[in-house]
Parts: sequence; structure tokens; C-alpha cells
Amino acid sequence: MTTTEPQPGRTVAEVVTDTVAAMAGQRGALLPILHAIQETLGCVPREAVPVLAERLNLSRADVHGVVSFYHDFRSEPAGRTTVKICRAEACQAVGSGQLVDHVRDRYGMELGETRSDGALTVDQVFCLGNCALGPTVQVGARLHGRVDPARLSDLIDSALAS
Amino acid sequence: MSPVTPAVTVYVPGDSAARSVGADEVAAAVLRAGARVGQPIHLVRNGTRGMLWLEPLVEVVTPEGRIGYGPVEVADVDGLVDAGLFSGGEHPARVGVVDDLPWMVSQDRLTFARVGVVDPLSAEDFLANGGLRGLRRALEMSPDEVVEEVTASGLRGRGGAGFPAGVKWKTVLGCDEALKFVCCNADEGDSGTFADRMVMEGDPFLLIEGMAIAAHAVGATEGFVYIRSEYPAAIATMRAAIEIAAWHGWLGDGILGTPLKFSLQVRVGGGAYICGEETSMLESLEGKRGEVRAKPPIPAIHGLFGQPTLVNNVLTLTSVPAILGDGAAAFQRLGVERSRGTQVFQLGGNIRRGGVVEKAFGVTLGELVEHYGGGTRSGRPVRAVQVGGPLGAYVPPTDFGLRMDYEEFQAAGAMVGHGGVVVFDDTVDMAAQARFAMEFCAAESCGKCTPCRIGSTRGVEVIDRITAGENPDENLALLEDLCEVMTDGSLCAMGGLTPLPVRSALAHFAGDFLEPRIQPRRPLPLSTAPRQETA
Repeated sequence: MTTTEPQPGRTVAEVVTDTVAAMAGQRGALLPILHAIQETLGCVPREAVPVLAERLNLSRADVHGVVSFYHDFRSEPAGRTTVKICRAEACQAVGSGQLVDHVRDRYGMELGETRSDGALTVDQVFCLGNCALGPTVQVGARLHGRVDPARLSDLIDSALAS
Repeated sequence: MSPVTPAVTVYVPGDSAARSVGADEVAAAVLRAGARVGQPIHLVRNGTRGMLWLEPLVEVVTPEGRIGYGPVEVADVDGLVDAGLFSGGEHPARVGVVDDLPWMVSQDRLTFARVGVVDPLSAEDFLANGGLRGLRRALEMSPDEVVEEVTASGLRGRGGAGFPAGVKWKTVLGCDEALKFVCCNADEGDSGTFADRMVMEGDPFLLIEGMAIAAHAVGATEGFVYIRSEYPAAIATMRAAIEIAAWHGWLGDGILGTPLKFSLQVRVGGGAYICGEETSMLESLEGKRGEVRAKPPIPAIHGLFGQPTLVNNVLTLTSVPAILGDGAAAFQRLGVERSRGTQVFQLGGNIRRGGVVEKAFGVTLGELVEHYGGGTRSGRPVRAVQVGGPLGAYVPPTDFGLRMDYEEFQAAGAMVGHGGVVVFDDTVDMAAQARFAMEFCAAESCGKCTPCRIGSTRGVEVIDRITAGENPDENLALLEDLCEVMTDGSLCAMGGLTPLPVRSALAHFAGDFLEPRIQPRRPLPLSTAPRQETA
């Protein structure tokens, strides 16, 4: 399986067409294709939907229905740093609520929001599978356990500075 | 010139949980310290032993056995090395021979026998530690005999529902279609559960072996492992393991020199909790919205792309190699009543010694929380324990005598589920937890059936009215009514079981609803995930 390499100057339609050409042979290909498009473009833009529909012989409504069903697929790119705070029960039991409050108080951001300068996205997640070492926060691709508000600030600030 | 110093083998877990508290940095520091003192090191990034409070747990191979040190921070490493880390020297962080620790010795590790012990992607380690014993024996048997063995073991689905595995396997075997599938449900979204992730990261070949046995037993030629996108390390490890297994002839055409043909691939979820429901997972695998299907038809007969499909959880499939390897009787001897074998209990939340306890069914909840878990991490009294994920009941300490047994828990209005045990101390507001159960259901409902889609939102509202003191008696009756409708009228366990945590919170902690413990409560928006507008 080959995924498309990001090339500057390619249009959304070209990226979608190339991705479909490389991956459409597998069974139930739409989800893997959407993941690959998001990997390349940082999101699944609205203009990708009609191209996908045509290439995969689906209706636009079908494709839109799938894209909008899954929390993972974004219509606009996330901020350069993404922070996901686990809000599931095991992390609640050790104070993940304080982390949500901290992000609101210190950074003025609600969960699900991207800062206007595109530097930071803060989101919630329900369980990262680190339930004995919570509260757990994911910054970029990296998992962090036993995070308190001070450590969360360190993580966010150093990610923003780099 | 001094003779060449032999290399010492050092294990530093590469498991996501260990890495979340600095295992990568510790591994690098150990290598640097080795170079500083001229000690060559053979570093192995194993899975975790499951003693998560000791992570990062560094193990050194000595003539005595594998000596553990934990938890180790980067700043400790030089001091450890100077204290004789590489020969198992004394240090306050030294825990002794890991295999001899009472916490390990008293467990019944079948599924987790190799997790934390071996290099996860070493085929050599896998074979040297009993790998493929189950598959080799299965391949000497007819499919009927393998199914009979699984049935005789008493194995029930470990994903939560506890459906007898042998019955499902027999149904798929009985279908005549040429194309059948084996799908592993690795969409482990329940809070407080992490055993699927750990076994995929720590012993991926075990799952492959279990799925190959299943393929032989039911006559399937293609398989999928559906892993949630929140588990990137498990996805990468499984993909690498599948390539290695294919290279060794454990997958593909002519497995281990027999006519068995079975190909396997990993599919990544899209961040939807509901896709852990088996029919929703099948829809997702087909590239569709993860909406629950009405049953019947059951997936065993009409499953993925309409073909007969065996759907089992990771822990079900990873129990199978031991059943085939040691025989059904050995597995059946463990456990109580109709709950046979072991369950991988996962201790999380506010707990002093969190991690994985694989134990025969019949262990009490109190033994898990107090004996293994050591009570709360905060040191405060335990107030409630949620067993079986976000759809499981909250159990008070007065019920700690309950034995882990599907039927005993069900009779007490609770469920064993996937074996997750989440501990809360006495600061918890149980009305807020009940509200969260409804909020979670509203955020994660697939939207297909009304009791779940609408009921959950109404549930949040009515709990808010109760805690605000608005007509509490009337609203409590309304909540009870709503719970009944959701339980009886929902299409799947999502809406059907959300009332379980709510009702248990009401039954055991009614005071929290009427005299809110934390004021004022700041409600969060129901769903904060970015949603797209209608096209």
C-alpha cells in the first residue's frame, strides 16, 4: 500500500484522486482513504467530498455522512500544536477536570477550539488507554501521564515555543 | 589491556504507559551511563509487566534472575549505575527479582504470560516462550475439534458481553460460504480498560496466533484487526508483527506448511466510541458511518460485507492459544460457576498500585482494589468503584465481597464487562458522574435509535434539574422512567447500559443528587468535537 507524498502545489482534487487510485482496491476503502487524505492535507476539506464521491461511485451525501460521523476527521487543519485532554472516568478520578479548567483559565480556550493564530488546538478525548497513570494528556503524538496543571502549562508552552 | 566486558541485558519498557512517564528518556540515560562506565548494554524495549505504578521499571538480567528497579527517573540513572545497577546492586528503587514479587506470583497469567517478558517483535523470543504451541496443535485437529475445544474450555467473550465463544465459532463454521472473515475488535474505548492495548504492544504475535487458530476453526481466509486511532503504538506494533509473521509463514498461503490460508490486516478507527459495538465496527470496516445494525441477522451468519464473520475481542482471541496449547480442561479448571478461565483485570483511576492483574474468575472486587491496588493514590477512603467501563455500575465498598463472575455481578445490578476497575476516592460527586454517563452517551451515540440519541440528552437535562433542586421528586421519577425506556428500547448496549451507572449512583449515593457536593458545577457543552455543517 502506498500513500501519496505531499507535494507543494497539488490541488485538493489531485491529492484525492491520487489517494483513491492508490488505495481504492482494498475492501471498504473509504476510511483508510480519508485517513490518508487527512495525513497529507491535515484535514479532509469540503471540496474533497464531491471528488471522493465521483471516484468511489458513492453519493456526496454518503461521503459527507461518513466524514462527519467520525470525530477524527476535520474540515480544517488543526493548530500546529494539538493538545488532547482525557476526560474519561479514570482520569476524572485523579483530577482531569482541573486540567480542563486550567486550559480555560490560563489560555482562554474551550475544548474543541483552535487559537486564531493557528498555533494551538485543545480538544477532549475519551480514554487514551493510560488509566492507571492519569490524568493523561496527548501533546502532538506524545502521551504524558500524571499531568497536573503546572506540568500541562510546561508541555503546552514548550510545544508553542518550539 | 582489559578483557572485553560482556554486554549486560537491560529491559526498559517501550509500552505507551511507561513512555508516558518517561521510559524513552530513561532508556537513553541508561545507554549514556553504560557508555560512561564502559559497560556494553543490550537494551530491550519490552512491553510492560503491568505494574504501572513502578513505571518506568528498569530490569537487569543477572544470574539471580531479572532484577527490577522502579520507578526510575532520568535523574536517578547515574546514581543507580554507581550503586551497581548492571549487576543487580542494592538501591532504594530495587524491587528484587520481578518474577518472584508477590504481586506477580499470585496472578494466573495465561494471556499475559509473555507481556513484559519478551521483546514484542522478536519472533525468536516468541517461539522460545511457548509461541505457536496452540496454533501447531490446532492445525493437527479438524475445525470441528478446535471449535469443540474452545466450547469445552467455557471461554466467553471478553469484550464485555460474555457470550460463549464456542457457540459463535460453531455458527460461523456451520456456514457454507467460501468467503468468511475473522474480525478482531480492538476498539478498546472503555475508560479504565487498557489490556487490549498492552497485549497488542507487548505480545502482538499472540493475537496473530489466536486469529490464525480462529481462521482454521471457522474456515475464514481474511481477517481484520480494527484498532482505535487513539492507539498509534498498538497500530504500528501490530502492523510490524503482521509483516514479520507473514515472512515466517505464520500468515498467508500455506501456514506452517499446512493448506491453511489466512491474510490479516490492521484497520484504524475514526475516533468513534460506538465502533466498539460489533455491528457498528463492521459498518466502519465497510467504509460506512459506524451505525449499529439491528440483530438479527447476527454477524456470525451475515457479517462483514454480508459474509459469515467471527467477531471477537482481543482478549478472547488471545485466550485461545493457551486453550489449544494446554487443552480446554486446564482453562476450564480456573474460575467459578459459568465464568471460566482468567480475566485480565485492569486497575485504574485513583489507585495506588494500578495496572494489570490476570486472575481466575472468582477473585473478589475487594481483593483487587485493596490487596492488589493498595487503595487510593490520594490516600483518602474509597467511595465508589466503576467496574466494566463507562457503561458499568458504580459499586460502593460495602459490596467489595462481590466475586468477579458475570452472573454474580449481574445479580447485583452491575457488570464485569471488559474487566476495567476504576477507583474514586471520597471527593467524588456521584451526581456529576451520573450526569457524565448521560453526557458521554449523548456525545458518542451513533444516532440510529431514539432512546439513546435523544434520551441521553434529556438525561443530562433532568439530572441538572434534580441537582438544581427543581421538583426533585418528580424529576427523579422522570429519570427512572427515562432509564427504563433507554434500557428496554435501545438498539445496542450503548443506550441500553448507560442507565446502569446512573441507576447505581442513584441507588448507592442518592444524597449527592439532592445536596450537591460541589457548588457551583460548571457544565461542559454536550459535544465539543468540531462538527461539520450539512452539505
